[in-house]
Amino acid sequence: MRILTLAGRRLAASIPTLFLILIGVFLLLQFAPGDTVDAMMAQMGGGDAATARELRKFYGLDLSIPMQLANYLWRLVRLDLGFSSIYGKPVATVIMERLPPTILLMTASLSFAFFFGLVFGVIAARAVNKWPDTLISTLGLIFYATPSFWFGLMAIVVFSIYLQWLPAGGLEDIGQVQTGVWRMIDIARHLILPTLTLGLIFLAIYLRIMRASMLEVLNLDYVRTARAKGLDETRVVTGHVLRNALLPMVTLIGLQAGTMLGGSVVVESVFSLPGLGRLAYESVIQRDLNTLLGIVFVSALLVITVNFVVDLLYARLDPRISAEG
Amino acid sequence: MDLTRLEINRRTALLTSAAIAANVINPMRAFAQETPRKGGVFNVHYGAEQRQLNPSIQASTGVYIISGKIQESLVDLDADGKPVGVLAESWESSPDGKTITFKLRKGLTWHDGKPFTSADVEFTAMNMWKKVLNYGSTLQLFLTAVDTPDPQTAVFRYERPMPLSLLLRALPDLGYISAKHIYENGDVRQNPANLAPVGTGPFKFVKYERGQYIIADRNPDYWRPNAPYLDRIVWKVITDRSAAAAQLEAGELQYCPFSSLTISDMARLSKDKRFIVTTKGNEGNARTNTIEFNFRRKELSDVRVRRAIAHAINVPFFIDNFLGDFAKLGTGPIPSTSTDFYPGAGTPQYPYDKAKAAALLDEAGYKAGPGGTRFSLRLLPAPWGEDISLWSTFIQQSLSDVGITVEIVRNDGGGFLKQVYDDHAFDLATGWHQYRNDPAVSTTVWYRSGQPKGAPWTNQWGWEDKQVDTTIDNALTELDPAKRKALYAEFVKEVNTELPVWMPIEQIFVTVITAKARNHSNTPRWGSSSWHDLWLSA
Repeated sequence: MRILTLAGRRLAASIPTLFLILIGVFLLLQFAPGDTVDAMMAQMGGGDAATARELRKFYGLDLSIPMQLANYLWRLVRLDLGFSSIYGKPVATVIMERLPPTILLMTASLSFAFFFGLVFGVIAARAVNKWPDTLISTLGLIFYATPSFWFGLMAIVVFSIYLQWLPAGGLEDIGQVQTGVWRMIDIARHLILPTLTLGLIFLAIYLRIMRASMLEVLNLDYVRTARAKGLDETRVVTGHVLRNALLPMVTLIGLQAGTMLGGSVVVESVFSLPGLGRLAYESVIQRDLNTLLGIVFVSALLVITVNFVVDLLYARLDPRISAEG
Repeated sequence: MDLTRLEINRRTALLTSAAIAANVINPMRAFAQETPRKGGVFNVHYGAEQRQLNPSIQASTGVYIISGKIQESLVDLDADGKPVGVLAESWESSPDGKTITFKLRKGLTWHDGKPFTSADVEFTAMNMWKKVLNYGSTLQLFLTAVDTPDPQTAVFRYERPMPLSLLLRALPDLGYISAKHIYENGDVRQNPANLAPVGTGPFKFVKYERGQYIIADRNPDYWRPNAPYLDRIVWKVITDRSAAAAQLEAGELQYCPFSSLTISDMARLSKDKRFIVTTKGNEGNARTNTIEFNFRRKELSDVRVRRAIAHAINVPFFIDNFLGDFAKLGTGPIPSTSTDFYPGAGTPQYPYDKAKAAALLDEAGYKAGPGGTRFSLRLLPAPWGEDISLWSTFIQQSLSDVGITVEIVRNDGGGFLKQVYDDHAFDLATGWHQYRNDPAVSTTVWYRSGQPKGAPWTNQWGWEDKQVDTTIDNALTELDPAKRKALYAEFVKEVNTELPVWMPIEQIFVTVITAKARNHSNTPRWGSSSWHDLWLSA
């Protein structure tokens, strides 16, 4: 499998990149005025100089910046992500707690966007410039242009306040303790609105890409051949066009995996979900360097993994990629 | 001059919110016919998670809103704002003010069953208040020891006289007790109990899911008879203000404390019969909007320029049009809610007068140049509260009318504190000054010289006034309450004359709570208090 060696080589090349990113983020955050103690003072609403001095010593901020960086990298080499100053827990634990809701939300909304983007993209491409195409493209544009916080809030107003069908926020109902299937159903109910809010924005992108790439492939010679040999339109689309038109979609998924771990600060805030997006935002505001670097590190790892999988998928969809290398 | 206008403002505010006020001015009278009902879950909006929840280590409303129900303080404030014993039953001061003795309540136990004694008070005072607690370390600077002759007596010994009235007004916030047996080993800041508090209060900590919720259940062994009424309190972490308002309307929240919603949502909900929107119960958390002047700028070191800036801003117009009923005209660093120390509006004030502002600037030698511009300033607004953001834009526009160009430089919380109070990289800054029941707690530090560089919310203006320093120092150790009040009136007069910081707007936090709640907002620091008597009607 040549593709494996290739992907493996890319994997190895990404390790220096990872370190450069981490050092970059570390230095960038040094340029932001204020440190985690200032941020903490801001949050407490007051404090005196003695308290601040004590806290700086407590968080190890009395060391010089190169020393702090060296300490951090040395810990990282030993796979220790350090201690979070906001959470008072190891960073690895904090991230692990936030990972499941983030992955759940992101997989759900990306799958939603991918599936419906594909279906609507195909419909739009087959009826190009007729009313279904115009309708789908216009709706896609509207979803794309609508800010997600507005979308989310309107969804809450309609479905939670007026209709009272769905919960307005949170990950699960804390009023009663649920287990097994009931808990799963409860969490699923809580995730419907955020998934839709986030998914509709992604949907527009997938829809446009799918439509464009369908149109391109539909004009290729082999499609004419397929039609000429008497296949009906549905067989042409499913058997010949779709597979080739899917390549750009797969590329897009690979690219968006990066944003996936970053989560969505806006949707997580509106629906009060404990995701990684909010965690990252909070770590910047609170100048919690360890947590932020930890998130960057984990996100980078995930992007590398997903891209590896995407490479393999390419080979599956288009055998020429594997053959030519 | 402003007295009349202030009165009118107050009256109109009262009239327009009469419907709200009727419900809250005396909750006991309004619902006298109802018998308290046991049970129910009370869901509270929790906007900003803190790093830890122990109020003996961190003084902030973000901690009190939770742990104030779990841990208790030596004293709290009653409905009239007077100190009332909680863990302490009585207190007395020696004539020289250097020894203050507290008699503690008998037979109390911590939530883990261990007895509460004077050893806990001694440990908390010496290891938390004096060493770690913000503002506590200043308040207790001259505390030398706490003697414990018996388990029910704690004797505080001070190196310099400590006014009993100051201590009793500071202790509701800065007097929470933690259990010695839980904290005695290791660094108090790293103790796991900081995120799973153990106290003597009406509610027992159950669970904290970071980023989601905190739960506390009723303490069946609570020392007050028949209390508490609620079965459970749930604090829900919701960072988006509009989302919190939506959850309140959907019935998933019952209480949004400390102005946690947007101004427009609070105004909208105040017309909704399902909710009560009031500033009552927050008088103990009064704050003033500031304009802080950096004296390192030549122009601003001239008192005529500072007064001109004050005269150039139409504060009543700003309040009426942007803040509405939730704010009123301020008269200085001691707000009118402070019944013990408010000196009245007789101190120097700076009413809106554009011509006078221009004349003062001309007199100071800053004549309008080409295009009408005199000079330009950098204004740093604090990022908390939308009122600060609105206020900074209003300052910008008002000052441009008198020929001062203002550039607004926005930062996040940490950045703001660093740039203003440590780097001094500002010309004007604006934020909140929080008044904590006694000017000595967190107000005089805004004016007293000699504050260490980098200490937030202190005099970092490059301004020093020997007279003001002396007044502040004398008031700090004055034992006679009447004389202390007179000294603080003198202090307000002096700082309003020199104007190193201008505090022209008074605000009290706004509570939004379900109309089903009973016995709410009945003390000046109700949001922080223990809620032992709070109940929900059917």
